[in-house]
Amino acid sequence: MGRYALRRLLQMIPVFLGSTFLIFFMVYALGDPVAALFGDKAPDPATAARIRKDLYLDEPLWRQYTHYMGQVFSGHFGTAFNGQPVTELMASAFPVTLRLTVVAVVFEMALGITLGVLSGLRRGRGLDTSVLLLTLVVVAVPTFVSGTVLQYLFGVTWGWARPSVSPEAPLAELLLPGVVLGLVSLAYTTRLTRTSIVENARADYVRTAVAKGLPRHRIVTRHLLRNSLIPVVTFIGTDIGALMGGAIVTERIFNIHGVGYQLYQGILRQNSPTVVGFVTILVIVFLLANLLVDLLYAVLDPRIRYA
Amino acid sequence: MPEPFETRYDMTEAIAPAGSGGGPMDLTTPGPQTLKGGPRRGLGRLPLPWRKEPGRRSGGPAAPTGRGLWSDAWHDLRRNPVFIASGLTIFFLVVIAIWPQLIANGNPYHGDLARAQDGPAPGHPFGYDLQGRDVYTRTVYGARASITVGICATLGAALLGSALGGLAGYFGGWWDALLSRIADVFFGIPILLGGLVFLSVVTSGSVWPVVGFIVLLGWPQISRIARGSVVTVKEHDYVQAARALGAGSGRTLLRHIAPNAVAPVIVVATIALGTYISLEATLSFLGVGLKPPTVSWGIDISSAATQLRNAPHMLLWPAGALSVTVLAFIMLGDAVRDALDPRLR
Amino acid sequence: MRGAPYSLCARRALSALCVSAVALPLTACGGGDGGAEDGVVRSSWGDPPNPLEPANINDVQGGKVLDMIFRGLKRYDPRTGEAKNALADRIDSSDQRNYTITLKKDWRFANGEKVTAASFVNAWNYGARIDHEQRNAYFFEYIEGYDKVHPASGGAPTAKTLSGLRVKDERTFTVRLTQKFSTWPKTLGYNAYAPLPRAFFEDHAAWLRKPVGNGPYQVRSYTKGSVMKLRAWGGYRGPDKARNKGVDLRVYTDNNTAYTDLQAGNLDLVDDVPAQQLNFVRSDLGDRYINQPAGIIQTLTFPMYDRAWSGPDKAKVRRGISMAINRAQITERIFHGTRTPATDWTSPVLRRQGGYQPGLCGDACRYDPARARKLIKAGGGLPGGRMTITYNADSGSHKDWVDAVCNSVNTVLRSDRACVGTPVGTFADYRNKMAGKEMTGPFRAGWQMDYPLIQNFLQPLYYTGASSNDGHFSDTGFDRMVNQANAASADGRAIADFRDAEKVLAQQMPAIPLWYQNGSAGYSQRLSEVALNQFSVPVYARIRVG
Repeated sequence: MGRYALRRLLQMIPVFLGSTFLIFFMVYALGDPVAALFGDKAPDPATAARIRKDLYLDEPLWRQYTHYMGQVFSGHFGTAFNGQPVTELMASAFPVTLRLTVVAVVFEMALGITLGVLSGLRRGRGLDTSVLLLTLVVVAVPTFVSGTVLQYLFGVTWGWARPSVSPEAPLAELLLPGVVLGLVSLAYTTRLTRTSIVENARADYVRTAVAKGLPRHRIVTRHLLRNSLIPVVTFIGTDIGALMGGAIVTERIFNIHGVGYQLYQGILRQNSPTVVGFVTILVIVFLLANLLVDLLYAVLDPRIRYA
Repeated sequence: MPEPFETRYDMTEAIAPAGSGGGPMDLTTPGPQTLKGGPRRGLGRLPLPWRKEPGRRSGGPAAPTGRGLWSDAWHDLRRNPVFIASGLTIFFLVVIAIWPQLIANGNPYHGDLARAQDGPAPGHPFGYDLQGRDVYTRTVYGARASITVGICATLGAALLGSALGGLAGYFGGWWDALLSRIADVFFGIPILLGGLVFLSVVTSGSVWPVVGFIVLLGWPQISRIARGSVVTVKEHDYVQAARALGAGSGRTLLRHIAPNAVAPVIVVATIALGTYISLEATLSFLGVGLKPPTVSWGIDISSAATQLRNAPHMLLWPAGALSVTVLAFIMLGDAVRDALDPRLR
Repeated sequence: MRGAPYSLCARRALSALCVSAVALPLTACGGGDGGAEDGVVRSSWGDPPNPLEPANINDVQGGKVLDMIFRGLKRYDPRTGEAKNALADRIDSSDQRNYTITLKKDWRFANGEKVTAASFVNAWNYGARIDHEQRNAYFFEYIEGYDKVHPASGGAPTAKTLSGLRVKDERTFTVRLTQKFSTWPKTLGYNAYAPLPRAFFEDHAAWLRKPVGNGPYQVRSYTKGSVMKLRAWGGYRGPDKARNKGVDLRVYTDNNTAYTDLQAGNLDLVDDVPAQQLNFVRSDLGDRYINQPAGIIQTLTFPMYDRAWSGPDKAKVRRGISMAINRAQITERIFHGTRTPATDWTSPVLRRQGGYQPGLCGDACRYDPARARKLIKAGGGLPGGRMTITYNADSGSHKDWVDAVCNSVNTVLRSDRACVGTPVGTFADYRNKMAGKEMTGPFRAGWQMDYPLIQNFLQPLYYTGASSNDGHFSDTGFDRMVNQANAASADGRAIADFRDAEKVLAQQMPAIPLWYQNGSAGYSQRLSEVALNQFSVPVYARIRVG
């Protein structure tokens, strides 16, 4: 297991190089960012030319990339167009988004698995149907709508929480945004758990356990749930990255200046240092999350082993 | 292999009685009750722990009905009311997507701004949108783009994802490393950036670039799910048995692993169908998706979202249509999964 | 199955999660205070895209801050728009080309430094020099020597300072322009002309972290991307001392959120009420809502470099399209009255004495389906039978009004697809398409004035080769009238000439005036005497709290 983990960690190097280049290339392919710095007015050609030169934008792609990577390896991730170093942006955005993601993941795991187990064990009954309806609502109603409605109810009508999150973004203020963010994933975790439970409820080891006369909650948690969690855990592993990088709508609604927002800004302003810096960190998060998931497989199902 | 040997030993006694009784409700009824059926039936039909892979599938002599797995499943499905209902719904949606004028004779493009956001009126049961266009007509006409994007993108992502994920999970080692790391890189591409790069060069108004793009970004997730599922299933006894009996990789994967590993993929794919339809709207909203004046549920939902306070009916109908579609596919997926699971027979 | 959630927690690995899951509903009830500080205005803000230097700010949000912490030679009266002397005691010229500027006494920067003639000259030299890459450098292009410090090639400058600027004594400096420019002193209220303290040049990084100016407010703290706290500065010498204790500018990425915060009592002032809330703004806020003209005009500009749109008879088509747009209905139904149908190419904030002339566009800006059809047909129809309206999809909700305009045109032309909106993903791409002359049909253009002068609405946009003439319109008659206006010694004469130039636009219709944009704002019960200036920026110093 140790060697397996080590090998996986080593694989990060080519992925790091590959993804930085891919993203760098994609931002490059968007075209010249300088024109947009001048607002609705046409840029002054001389100033624009000078800015391009300073940003190495007048160089061929490979020189731009090597220059950028040279910077990265000496610890500079470049600056955004408003003059802020990207490292500073990352230092302020990632902790906030991490907290938000934790709330969302805890929410979708706790509620999703509970609902999934319940509806899986009572297939076709009222709860199962309600969960299905919830799934449909969550999928069909855009996050923007669920977010603003909840924000209005909690923030204005009932006054239970601040509608927007303060710059420090303490955990308590991130609860509502986290729930909104986790809603769609909740649909996935619930249905995945439910299906797994349904499949495994008839598995041999469960029958064995039943036959042995084990208490029911022990059967469900020790035998049934444990073996049903693999797809759920896999999904959450893939979801963590998506939640961190793709929370643009939720972050907008609740005015959270997190990764999604910075990435969005970076892309629209076509600022490659920002985009490449953030995406690189995100890719590393994916890698770690997926590694963790793979190691969890072996914990959840002892038959799975890693050489 | 660290097998839970003790459990397996117990099984031969325990599983038998429940073999064909009880269903998934086993746990909701007191345990001992399931033993009532007596060992006779169970032993006669499914004596071995790896009976999840029934003899008939591996071509063994024990196939009582003589049908293959898939035709068996089809046989089950035809009698399943859930399958019939969802199938009919999907059929209806597809017909509407092809011939929207069958049930709507209005013009989805024509708007009368004077009626902007008005509620239902005679001949316009769903009211008007922000541009004064008839919501009913647009909901009907929106089916074409949305259903095409939803079904094709889901199929594409599910097939590509499960193929690559299945291979990675089954072979492991370098295959796994390569395929999984490629997936990781794809995970990292932000939708906005990818959309701007890949789709802004496309000027044609067709849905296929959008479908292709969604497949491109959607397959890694399904691939991870499929891989996880295959990793689990391939350690099961019946797979080990099949391999021990000399089944080749292709055969093992397709006949033994795939039917047992497909459930999570179906679950994720059916929900993803809905999210892909919405994703199309996000792309269109960003100016890189379907080109105007194409009508789609996603586009109408996203433009209705900001107008929720002014005209909730703008959201209700296209979102309702999307829900019905997703519901139909979820039910269909459930029915197919059940049909593929021999333990439910 | 009551056992399930409980036993979930029994699993050691998951127990931490369960603890926090239980804690969810308990901690969710915090918040709500919003941190209202006595006498301080909490106002919405947007993150400025460029560094906060006077000559580098070209957006409303950055302009907001500069207007609070800086005072220049002139200041536009927030009510009338008239350019009044602020730090300037006198600006004299005998030939509209050589100006002598004398400063008022005893003005200081918030760090105690005196505001001298050198504060201005150094600031302008800094802004003009190409090495500093200031976005507004071109504002100094009329000053002699600009081509030396800012070579058109973008290469190294051959001089460090503008030769046209001379410090005579502590309170006097002279400016020599490259050409006659009678209204030049009136442009000096623009932010780019603000003075800078020595601290700006000595420790630039520190200054950027916490800008120091000479306005009624000083920066107490600035957290980039989230909040800037400004407090009233006691040492301010101007007549418009702050009537509140300070302003907290909070960055919002979505004006909807700001509006919700206002409703919840966490914010005092939102200076951009989202369109979808306008139906309810009276019931939400009562009379705490402002909707007044701002110096912004929206147009549909034609690519005059494209023969299909600029050919001999195509003026008819362009006028016909203009007549096919039902401005009144669109401003009412889509914008809920926050836009006013345009009937000339300037803005009501100029007022009539400043050159605004309603109705100058004449019939061409009046909705008339029958004549529109006839004109378009007479001009040979739309090129290829169809037109696209290009816009950028990444900012604002342009889609709604573009669709409405197209609907209006389509209804007039009795077709479903004669007019179609074409979104472009990013603003940069949009600008690049413009610069590369790639537009194949009319495109969205919004012009926010730099200073309330009719010249600013005409010359940069329609003069041959002008910096923002994105449609590449060129008309000798128009150019001649503009030159004549700039050389005129009397204001009245200049404005009359500019109006004559504008009449050329009415005939040629290189850009269809759509509507004048208003500034809108909503505020809380804590505030009173809230108003917006012509730039749709709240006049913070006048606001009273409590």
